[in-house]
Amino acid sequence: MSPDPDAPPPEEHLEGLPARILELGEELRREGVAVGTSEMLDAFAVLEEISWTSQEDFREALAATLAKSQEDRRVFELVFDRFFFRSVELAAAREGIREGDAASLEELSEQELEALRAEIAAALRDGSEGAMRDLARMAIAAFSRRQEGSGVIGVDVQRIRRALGLRAEPQPDLPPEDPRRDGLPRDALRRFEALLRRELERSQVERTGSLPPARPLGELDRALPSGPLADLAAVHRVVAQLRRRLATQGMQNRGHRRHAHVDVRRTMRASLQTGGVPVVLKYRPRRPKRPEIYVLCDVSTSVTSASVFFLSVLHALHDTFRKMRSFVFIERISEVTDIFEHERNFKAVSERISGDAGVADISGYTDYGRVWSEFLVQVEDDLHPRATVIVLGDARTNGRDPRADIFAQIAARAGRTFWLNPEPRLYWNYGDSVIAAYEQYCTAFECWTTAQLEDFVRALTRPVISAAR
Amino acid sequence: MATGLRSVGYLPGESTALVSYLATKLGKPVLVEGPAGVGKTELAKALASFLGRELVRLQCYEGLDEAKALYEWNYRKQLLRIQAEATGTGWDAVQEDIFGEEFLLARPLMTAIASEEPVVLLIDEIDKTDQEFEAMLLEVLSDFQISIPELGLVKARTHPVVLLTSNNSRELTEALKRRCLYLWLDYPALEHELEIVRLHAPELSETVARRLVEVIGMVRALDLKKPPSIAESIDWARALLLLGVKDIDADVFMETMSVIVKHRTDMDVVADRVGLKLRSPADVA
Ligand SMILES: Nc1ncnc2c1ncn2[C@@H]1O[C@H](COP(=O)(O)OP(=O)(O)OP(=O)(O)O)[C@@H](O)[C@H]1O
Ligand SMILES: [Mg+2]
Repeated sequence: MSPDPDAPPPEEHLEGLPARILELGEELRREGVAVGTSEMLDAFAVLEEISWTSQEDFREALAATLAKSQEDRRVFELVFDRFFFRSVELAAAREGIREGDAASLEELSEQELEALRAEIAAALRDGSEGAMRDLARMAIAAFSRRQEGSGVIGVDVQRIRRALGLRAEPQPDLPPEDPRRDGLPRDALRRFEALLRRELERSQVERTGSLPPARPLGELDRALPSGPLADLAAVHRVVAQLRRRLATQGMQNRGHRRHAHVDVRRTMRASLQTGGVPVVLKYRPRRPKRPEIYVLCDVSTSVTSASVFFLSVLHALHDTFRKMRSFVFIERISEVTDIFEHERNFKAVSERISGDAGVADISGYTDYGRVWSEFLVQVEDDLHPRATVIVLGDARTNGRDPRADIFAQIAARAGRTFWLNPEPRLYWNYGDSVIAAYEQYCTAFECWTTAQLEDFVRALTRPVISAAR
Repeated sequence: MATGLRSVGYLPGESTALVSYLATKLGKPVLVEGPAGVGKTELAKALASFLGRELVRLQCYEGLDEAKALYEWNYRKQLLRIQAEATGTGWDAVQEDIFGEEFLLARPLMTAIASEEPVVLLIDEIDKTDQEFEAMLLEVLSDFQISIPELGLVKARTHPVVLLTSNNSRELTEALKRRCLYLWLDYPALEHELEIVRLHAPELSETVARRLVEVIGMVRALDLKKPPSIAESIDWARALLLLGVKDIDADVFMETMSVIVKHRTDMDVVADRVGLKLRSPADVA
């Protein structure tokens, strides 16, 4: 019998259970949850009352006694998974037990893959916990065939989720029988992500034969529950602040219409026809101002949840700056300035970008080198020292050449270059992240919460000191 | 427990049923938190009805004091007695008399504790009271007795099932939390809410009901001052039923959205983000 991490500790270890519950309490305390003696006693008491066969009851009963706020409850979920996964796994590693990978999945056809997607989506919709774990493992096996792991579990989880097309938002373009069409329940998605994480950790354990260090739960893990649309309003608030700040600094370019200049020479020439009386004033043609902000936004797999955040930042920036050009990219870039200028509604914008505006996405992997050179070709003549370039992306190159040299050229032509990275700094330069290569030419910000966005906005609105380049 | 609650018209989520069960088993109070209108109060009612117990409810508000929560002396009645007895009887005798149980006005906490039959005690919106009140409550809930200086100790004859609800307007004390089991009630998942709506508005067609909870989900995803709760979903379902609506298109939505969004500014956001996105009748034709 191979140990099942989903099941509560098996009967024969029961006398060890109180010790384990105490350890769990200890871990929770380390994560800042106020677990005291009375909580522990209650935990023991409730465990007497529940049936041991249901993993859900086991978890819920402990949660009700150990986690006493919504925030604590989130932390509990994460710690519980990590804890019971780790202890069972450690025992397994000691005994050298390995679970076979679903090897037959190696040569999955596109059709089979589609079937797997459908099955997973249906399990999420119906909340069939039991099936989910197996499906998570199949998904990991299937996708690890198709692409390299990034080396960061959180990133891989998002890549797989995105590759499966699992979203909480409705996807009206899908056929009616597809369970994903109406959007999948958020909590089921979260549980599935947790399973993916656990299974990925498991295979990491099997590869390395040791346990990954228990890292304190990142803020990222705790910050995830808010839906992207809820963030949207917050993003707009932050960028609206930005707009106000700019207005007070007189940086916003308003009212240039009034300053249209009369072209004296052409007016005089025209007046010859009216006996020298300047009846028709000739204006100098208004030179279209060059854009001052260029934004490049990664909308690829690895930044899925971040992409929505970034697109909303982009959307809000467009609300604020008229002289701005925007590009989205995965493998190649496409300009989306027009979409933002003509669509006010965020949902519509993101639909158009993921739909007909067609992000050139062949492999689904970001190719930063290619993105830089294409960008340079498109804007080379326009870039000027008063321009600001902002890149929104995770700097994960999938092992491709970062081509920091081209990036350097871009940064050299622009006045200021910023990079917003949706990953916590902890993950930077780990796995296939190459942010360090770019950071020498730009100012990089960690940006996945609105608070961090505010920091960036503060930097962006700091007046440009022309000499400082 | 789940079946029991269902039988009295409450459709509990998984953890709701389990925690309710544990509460009755262990006799521990449950602190129920969650956004407004997700069925916190309703859970207490359902629990009482399923257990066949009386529901005693203490609605909290700012400035709630012991006199309104525990007990009060019936001053008027005492006065009458004093007047009636003024002639003849000595003061001592009167005093002994007027501080008897007969003159006690039992408020919810006292009622719940002194009841012959076990009750369900609902302490609703505990976060509206102050910490001092909380401390008093804590004492009552740990000892299940109330000491009345003039009368002595009133001990619980039975053990109530206690539910406390909070809308999170302030952080409750650790001491109180320590005493309770915790249940977080969130907006239900789509299928769960659909079931609730259909329970409360069974005549509404499945398709409209499904569309309704989908739209509600979209509205909740926005960052509103007051997102629509289950109560609003139910109200909306009933309104649509009255109007004989066959589909929720943009027009229907605009006309009826005041049922689910109440704030002026929220309405603008919702009209903009959700209203425009729904199919308009013209598109369908
Ligand atoms: N699980 C459920 N099954 C059946 N009906 C429900 C359920 N949850 C909520 N309702 C219905 O939703 C409505 C709102 O519930 P309730 O008043 O209990 O919410 P609440 O959380 O106490 O709100 P508040 O915080 O505003 O006091 C009630 O009419 C109730 O009938
Ligand atoms: Mg209530």
